[in-house]
Amino acid sequence: MKVALKWLRDYVDIKLTPEDLAEMLTMAGLEVKGIQTTGGTWDNVVIGEVIALNPHPNADRLKLATVDLGTGQVTTVCGAPNIELGQRVPFAHIGARLIDPHTEETVLLKPAKIRGVASEGMVCSEKELGISDSHEGILALPPEAPIGTPLNAYLGDVIFDLDVTPNRPDCLSVIGVAREIAALTGEPLRLSPIHYGELEKPIDSFASVDIAEPDLCSRYCASLITGIKIAPSPGWLQQRLNSCGMRPINNVVDVTNYVMLEYGQPLHAFDYHKLKGRQIIVRRAGNGENIISLDGTKRALNPDILLIADKEEAVAVAGIMGGLDSEVTDQTDTILLESANFNQATIRRGCSHLQLQSEASIRFDKGLNSELPLLPLKRATQLLLELAGGRAAKGIIDVYPGKSKPRPILLTAREVERLSGLEVNIDEILKLLKTLGFECQEGDSGSQISVSVPYWRSDVKCSADLVEEVVRIIGYERIPITRLGSPLPQQKSKLSPSARQSNLKEKLRSMLTGFGFQEILTYSLVSLEKLQKLSPKLELKIPPLKVANPMTREQEYLRTSLRAGLLSTLSHNQKFGQAGIRLFEIGKVFLPRGKDLPEEKDMLCAVLSGSRTELSWQADKGSLDFFDAKGVVENLLNQLGLKVTFDIGDDEILFPGRGADIIVKDEKVGIVGDVHPRVTQAFELSNAVCLIEIDLEKLLTKLTGTKEYQPIPRFPSVTRDIALVIDEQVNYRTVESIIRNFPLVTQVALFDLYQGKQIPEGKKSFAIRIIYQSPKHTLTDEEVDQTQEQMLARLHQELGATLRD
Amino acid sequence: MLEQLKDLHAQALEELNKVDNPRELELWRVRHLGKKSSLTRMLRSLATLPLEKRRKVGAQANEIKKALESSLEERRKLLEEALLTSPLESQRLDVTLPGRPLPVGRLHPTTQILSEICDVFKNMGFQVIEGPDVEWDYYNFEALNIPQHHPARDMFATLWIDAGMGEKARLLRTHTSPMQIRLMERERPPIRAIVPGRTYRYEATDATHESMFYQVEGLAVDKGITMGDLKGTLFDFCRCLFGEERKVRFRCDYFPFVEPGVEVAIGCSACDGAGCRLCGYSGWLEILGAGMVHPDVLTRVDIDPGLYSGFAFGLGVERIPMLRYGIDDIRLFYSNDLRFLRQF
Repeated sequence: MKVALKWLRDYVDIKLTPEDLAEMLTMAGLEVKGIQTTGGTWDNVVIGEVIALNPHPNADRLKLATVDLGTGQVTTVCGAPNIELGQRVPFAHIGARLIDPHTEETVLLKPAKIRGVASEGMVCSEKELGISDSHEGILALPPEAPIGTPLNAYLGDVIFDLDVTPNRPDCLSVIGVAREIAALTGEPLRLSPIHYGELEKPIDSFASVDIAEPDLCSRYCASLITGIKIAPSPGWLQQRLNSCGMRPINNVVDVTNYVMLEYGQPLHAFDYHKLKGRQIIVRRAGNGENIISLDGTKRALNPDILLIADKEEAVAVAGIMGGLDSEVTDQTDTILLESANFNQATIRRGCSHLQLQSEASIRFDKGLNSELPLLPLKRATQLLLELAGGRAAKGIIDVYPGKSKPRPILLTAREVERLSGLEVNIDEILKLLKTLGFECQEGDSGSQISVSVPYWRSDVKCSADLVEEVVRIIGYERIPITRLGSPLPQQKSKLSPSARQSNLKEKLRSMLTGFGFQEILTYSLVSLEKLQKLSPKLELKIPPLKVANPMTREQEYLRTSLRAGLLSTLSHNQKFGQAGIRLFEIGKVFLPRGKDLPEEKDMLCAVLSGSRTELSWQADKGSLDFFDAKGVVENLLNQLGLKVTFDIGDDEILFPGRGADIIVKDEKVGIVGDVHPRVTQAFELSNAVCLIEIDLEKLLTKLTGTKEYQPIPRFPSVTRDIALVIDEQVNYRTVESIIRNFPLVTQVALFDLYQGKQIPEGKKSFAIRIIYQSPKHTLTDEEVDQTQEQMLARLHQELGATLRD
Repeated sequence: MLEQLKDLHAQALEELNKVDNPRELELWRVRHLGKKSSLTRMLRSLATLPLEKRRKVGAQANEIKKALESSLEERRKLLEEALLTSPLESQRLDVTLPGRPLPVGRLHPTTQILSEICDVFKNMGFQVIEGPDVEWDYYNFEALNIPQHHPARDMFATLWIDAGMGEKARLLRTHTSPMQIRLMERERPPIRAIVPGRTYRYEATDATHESMFYQVEGLAVDKGITMGDLKGTLFDFCRCLFGEERKVRFRCDYFPFVEPGVEVAIGCSACDGAGCRLCGYSGWLEILGAGMVHPDVLTRVDIDPGLYSGFAFGLGVERIPMLRYGIDDIRLFYSNDLRFLRQF
């Protein structure tokens, strides 16, 4: 909403600077987004009258204009086609600051000779004055513009651009804003009384109104004027509409808009003679009914939409836009003026169905009060009689099925303090509420007041609303700064499910960053295509939840795994030349549960790809591979105090034979492995990629949260290294589990795997370090030799393993 | 003999002073104190001397031997010291060579700021809880005083979940405020909690708008909680995050589920309040919306608004690192370019 300072001053004295006023309004809840000053630079521009026009001696297109400035006359060269004798125009003296219409820079006007004739200044266009981009001709001022007055005093203004919150439709009006200013500054609000003569026959003899849907139209008021003369509005009115960003059309339409801006009540004028049956009917649209709206568009209607109709057809979409057929035209001589109240939700539904908004619908959409329509209707009737002539019908039609009596709200000074922390005495509360238009009655006890809410403040419904009114007028800056003194709620146990879950996530994040992984956060919404690309067969295992109104195809489905986000991010970063990349995300996936809310499950996913270390003279030159990924999983789970094993996995995102299931306490909690080449191809990944995925909820069930102390061994250990030659089909895990089965074995470490020279075809060699230790005594060589002999025999017997020579 | 001993001593000392490495020192020791040294030989030959002379020379020789031994020790210490303070050329490193690289992992800037925010509130006794991203219309809107067709729905452009006929409306939460309701449904005052989480909007993205962003919701409900407490809590928070000097503004604003409503802004970091493009020439940057929990909301969750009061706030998370680091495009956060992420 744009409001002009000069217009506001019609209703309230304003002594503050525009900046201070803006600050005050903003603090009180009416945010001023911008202040635009027009005329601030018009120091040497005054209003003059063109009293003579003569041809230029040396140029056909130019004229010599003599302008009366009140204090004297000047002659100037003018090329504007629209300059006329008797016109009031802005005249810039030498030294005025104007905008050069070609370079758009501000320049000082200098004396000039144009085609041999000296020019003592110039008549200005709107563009030169910085009012608009129009430079086709000079700015013609209204005939009442006072000669000799500085243009700034006449045309200059300050426009406030207000961000009105949805609860305050009253501030979508100049009087509403003036009322706020009055309350905030303590100045009185001035509203002029409205009266006009009613010289025509009674209005009932012209028209009747029938509200078929009283739930959707709580009130319909109308006045009627005959013998009206359609013409352009006077300059002052056009100027005010312009200042609020509305385009002047003709005196009738302009008056309805002006009064809407003034009071916040939308009005509509019908050409009375085009209303068939002399009747207004407020009804729902029928199925298949149409209307051509004022903007010339044919619009299909439905029964959710409320109409204004005559006896035969729709003449307007109630509260949204008038119909073209009943529009006021130059030929109109009798108008019926509507001021009504329509149901807020109905207007909102209608706008959304028609994809249409108007200055009227924006106001109805916020919910206006049924008490509002009458006064603005009278104001508009009065203005029309003044500006367009004619005779008003006697009386006003006022059909008011929705009249309700608002209940007063009780308020105490104690309540104000209880919510705001600010001590305000009851007299101050009374004074403040009165300046906002609330009527207050003191109760018997003196501490409680009964407050009647003025009709323009339907947003105020309970005592908390009144507390806000009191405190925002006093000023939020006066609220004391205190600290919460109430008792703390009982603290949650570290063992509560939510605490354990967030604790686990925090631990994992800290470990993974320690392992060199960069954390990423990717969108919860992904494209269908990406979800499909996660499967080499392009199949969706879990049908994802779909967004009904996605912004883009890229963000249409809720992710069912973190995989797509990780792989896309990896791909993006590989393209920018990042060599070795380790990424992880901990986040929610969304698993549909029919019509219910989806299951939201925390997952961990990580990817590794490229060189193990960045390029360096000392670097390990290898590429990240399966065993890097597996090492990460082992370290993570071991640090959490869990024993982890790996089974051959078959998740379809992994390359067959190069993927494993992560097993903790006999249950699969995740996967690790090389991503299937089809998938890496689909995501345009340039290197082999390893992926880790862990279901954090499953993992959480495996974490007991308790660790048990093991005594530090008191006796020395014995270390033995063996090299086994074994069939290449045999898994390392089989070998290790046989070794570990022997008593005294406390640690087993594979330190070499070899195939090639000296090893027969089809065989491989494991070099294994075994550490023996007893908790009870110092081991002798004999004991260790004996155990190891049995071990080798067993390995030979079960796996055909022999010692390497 | 005595003269000879004196010369021996003098010569040995002179040589010792020239010794500058351990190897030469050893050679010196062998030469002057070893079995074949003149001194040892002289001591051995003492037996042939007459008793009185033997005693005299012997005492002198032993004295010189001790003196040489202690000079040797001194010299050894000196050399060792010298060796440690100025090592040999062969042991010198080119210390300008780069170190062995380690992979470096970092937390996402949003995670970092979230934990910073949560820490501040945890210290004020707030518990951290989480809630679902996909919500019912009821929790996201209706229970928060935003029924269907309420004009405030314009403030929350919503992404809806595809639904069949007659199914209850599900949506991606447009704010973390639904957790106010869920929390008050299951707990009784005193309540003091914050809820970090993802929120979503149906919005075309640009440098200042994202379709997904994080919020932190706060809620405190008990007897006697006032706007003063809200102001104190949020001012403390702003001071912790933005420093003592930063100006903070507490003004009236409207959110349907609080009354009175509040907006908190901090002085613009770019222009220091003078007005610039970043702050829309206002000098202020809005960082959160807040207010006293609306009595209708309390009534809905069966908490008596005449007895209890509370405050709630909702804080935009990305805004904070954007201001702190001068990040001018919110889309950088979730496009996860490592060239961006590795800066934090």
